[in-house]
This record gives sequence, C-alpha cells and structure tokens, in this order.
Amino acid sequence: MLRASVIVFPGSNCDRDVQTAIERVTGFAPKMVWHGDASVPSSDVIVLPGGFSYGDYLRCGAMAAHSPIMKDIVAKANAGTPIIGICNGFQVLCEAGLLPGALLRNASLHFICRDVFLKVENDQSFFTKCYRNGEVIKVPIAHGEGNYFADDETLNRLEGEGRIAFRYSNAQGNVGAETCPNGAQRNIAGITNESGRVLGMMPHPERLYENALGGTDGRRVFESMLLSTLEAA
Amino acid sequence: MKAKIKITLKNGVLDPQGKAIEGAIKGLGISGVGDVRQGKYIEVDLSESDPAKAKALVEQMCKDLLANTVIENYSYEIG
Repeated sequence: MLRASVIVFPGSNCDRDVQTAIERVTGFAPKMVWHGDASVPSSDVIVLPGGFSYGDYLRCGAMAAHSPIMKDIVAKANAGTPIIGICNGFQVLCEAGLLPGALLRNASLHFICRDVFLKVENDQSFFTKCYRNGEVIKVPIAHGEGNYFADDETLNRLEGEGRIAFRYSNAQGNVGAETCPNGAQRNIAGITNESGRVLGMMPHPERLYENALGGTDGRRVFESMLLSTLEAA
Repeated sequence: MKAKIKITLKNGVLDPQGKAIEGAIKGLGISGVGDVRQGKYIEVDLSESDPAKAKALVEQMCKDLLANTVIENYSYEIG
C-alpha cells in the first residue's frame, strides 16, 4: 500500500503526469490535494509537481512556498514524511527552506526542453534506492530556471554528506561544464535534505516511466518510493 | 506611507539577464558601458503611520517573501 498525495497549485501542469506515473508504476492511485487546503491527508509520500505555480511571479516557487498547505507540508517534512519536488516542486522546496540553495535563470537564458543524461550519486535515499551509484540514466528536463546555486560552504556540505542525488553528465557518465545544460553549480540536478527523505530534482522522471513514452529510466523513482514505504511498514 | 523596495542579486551570483541587457545596450552603439546587473523594484502602500512599525513590516515582507536572501539583497526607503 502506498498513500501518496500530489499537491496541485494554480499553474501546476505536471500534476496529472505524476499522478498517472505513480498509479501505473506502483499500482496505487495518489490523492490530488489542492494547495488551498489547510492540511495534507495522512500520506506515505508527498509530491510537489512540476509546472509554473502562480505563473512564476516574483520568483519561481516563491508564492507557492507560502500557499496555505505549505505550513502543514513543512511540519510533516520536519516530522519525517518523505517529500519529492520535481522541477517547479524543487524550486518550491528551496523557497520553503526545506532544501538549501536556489534555482536561477538558466545560464543560456533559454528554456530547455530535451532529454539529458544524469549520473546517479546517491542510491541510498528514499526516492533513489532502486538506482545504482555511478549508473547513467536518461531523463528529460523542461525548465527556464534550473541553474542550481548555493554558496561554496553549502555545496561542500552537500557533497561531503552525499546529498547530491543526480548530476548532469554525458552518456559515459563524465561530469563537466560541457555536460551541464543550465549552468548549475557542480552540475547538480537533484539534492536531498539531511535525512535523505526530501528530494528535489529538476529532471522529470514522470515523463519516462514506460516504453511507450520513449524510455523507462524515470521509473525507478516511483519504484523506490514504493519499496521504501513497504520496507518501513 | 509608501515603501520603495529594491531587490538586487548578491555579488557573485551569475546574472545572465544583466549580461544580455549589457549586450543589448552595447548593440545600440553606446560606448563606455561596463557590467550590467538587473533587479526588481516594488512599491507597497502601507496604512501604518508609525515609521518604526512600518519599518518592521517592510523588513518582514522582504525577508519572508519579496527577497530570497540566498541569492538577493534588499534595500528600501519608507516615506
């Protein structure tokens, strides 16, 4: 049994994609929860989907981070409920202070929508345990503001504590400036919090979870959330 | 009272929009242009008439919402 809740903000546009991905991969349909609600129903996993919440006004994710439901989400995160933020959801997690750093405008100033290669760097966390460290996966990105920024002290801490889940790489797993699509510092595509139970990632695993979509490399994010939940039960 | 708030990117934070604006200004044929950094300007009308209380309100809105202090600085005038 997996009780997942997908939070729907005004301007979310990947909420139904992730709803379908969770249901198809895990067999359990998530609840869709409106951002204006005061609380999230008791959940094994909370998902902040991609999109353009509040039209990206002020800064992407800034308004959503102050939505009525976010107080409960922050409280639940601090109490250990696993949370995944994808794309705009990652931006919301940073703005809400659940993950360090910020997502800036892509260095190229272009909106980038294409498949990228990611090197898996943490195969122990709640949402990544079905991957293997060092393997290279192909997952799409679709964002204008995915340029991860944090100060050097924070970046060193993330690296030292093994909290970088995914880095942009080439197909061979080499990580360098030339394999970074958006200017993200140290090629960071996804990070976790201290406990590994909150993951933010810019790429969209819900867009590649079965062969009909062109690939299955995103599938194991959802298999991981099911396995982690079952192991804890 | 009215608060006039300026939000700017911190030094060291890459500003690709500023760079693009710099290129566009130079494209006009204007010489002597150096680094360009862009930011936001926000005006807020306040019903509070006590300057100290108004300042506290503006501080709170800047810290909690208007600026992301990981990447941005803010400054303001109230009058």
